[in-house]
Parts: sequence; C-alpha cells; structure tokens
Amino acid sequence: MKVRYFAWVRERVGKGEEEIDPPEGVATVGDLVAWLSQQGEGYAYAFENPHVVRSAIDKRHVRADARIAGASEIAFFPPMTGG
Amino acid sequence: MSVTIRLQREPFEVAQEIAALTRGRTDIGAVVTFTGICRADENGEPIASLNLEHYPDMAEAEIGRHIEAARQRWRLLGVTVIHRFGRIAPGEDIVLVVTASSHREAAFAAAEFLMDYLKTRAPFWKQVEKPGGKTANKIWVEAKTSDDSAAERWDSR
Repeated sequence: MKVRYFAWVRERVGKGEEEIDPPEGVATVGDLVAWLSQQGEGYAYAFENPHVVRSAIDKRHVRADARIAGASEIAFFPPMTGG
Repeated sequence: MSVTIRLQREPFEVAQEIAALTRGRTDIGAVVTFTGICRADENGEPIASLNLEHYPDMAEAEIGRHIEAARQRWRLLGVTVIHRFGRIAPGEDIVLVVTASSHREAAFAAAEFLMDYLKTRAPFWKQVEKPGGKTANKIWVEAKTSDDSAAERWDSR
C-alpha cells in the first residue's frame, strides 16, 4: 500500500510518499504507526507523540483503531491549519 | 445547488466569484462571503510570507463532504469554496467561502459552519516564513484548540 506524509510529518520521515508492505499482524492504523516508528530515527521522531499525528485512509479521516485491510492509500499528517 | 470547489496557487477575485454564483438567477436573496487574508504577523511576530501545503485529492473530497453536510442543514442555493496553496504574502487572500440562499440566515450560518470545518478538517498546513529567508526561519503553524471548539459546537446544534 501507498503511504503519504505531509507537513512536519513529511519532513521528519524524510519523504513525501512510499510503498510499504507491513508484516501480518499490523491490522489497524495504530498498529501501522507503531510499526513505522521502528523503521528508523526519522519515523520515530515523526510519530514520537502518536496522539498528535492525524491519519486518513483513502482520503477520509480515520481514527487509530481503523482497520487498514483493503486500503490503497494511507496518509499521516499534523493537525490541520488551513482556512 | 451549484457547487464550486477550487484549490489553486493563483489569487482569486471575490466579486467575480459572487457574480459567477448569482448570474442569471432570481431565486437567490442572500449571498454571504468570507475571505481569509494573510496577516503580517503570527503570535505577535512579524512574518515574511506563508507557505501552504495541502493534500490535493483529499482536500477537495473533504471540502465536498462538508458542503454536503451544510446542504443537509440549510436550504442553500449555491456554495463556492476556493482555497489557495503555495506561497502567500501578507495582505493576499488565502481562502474564500461564498454561500447563497433565498434568505440570509442560511447563508450566514452555512458560511460560518464551512469555515469552522475548513480550519480543522481540510488537509492544509500553514508554514510561516520569518523575515531573513533562512531554512531555520520556517516554522509550522500550530493548530489552535479554539478552532477545534469552534467546529465542535456545530455537533450539538
């Protein structure tokens, strides 16, 4: 699946998007955050406070307990500051 | 209902957008517009410019969902939402919401509702560039809890 990062999450991870293949057992967005956090310093920094980072599956806001099965695009980003 | 959503780098013309929404129609009795403008300060500190990052497809989808929610709450005849991205200088417009209805109550309320949700739910992020132009002078704007409260109050109405 494709993962996209925005704003300071993107800067900390060091890239805007990537294809990932998480292991079995990574079932929810929260699981994915925990797994990503172990993929290197940048990821650990981006997700150091997982409750701050927001997520979306296929362009809809979701919570950490949302299941990722069947998702084609998952995005992580800071609280929004548009308008 | 006529709906226009545009995400663009270029500035927009408020009068032109109102005209586009109302042209040739005699059922519209009220138009409310909200324009968000880039200030020259953030938290009391001067800024050189704003840089707006966005999540293109989701921004459009999310704005569309909130327009649909507004349409279910009020009798609206038209809505236009334009949000700019990229570099924006102080004094320039950032966002425009235009709501049209037969009477003012719906147009006022829907414009406020849409702005409250745009601020907290539309995937845009502001980065402030301080005078000086160094990378260290670029700071992400922090979300305000007052904006969350403004959006949440609609849940109980």
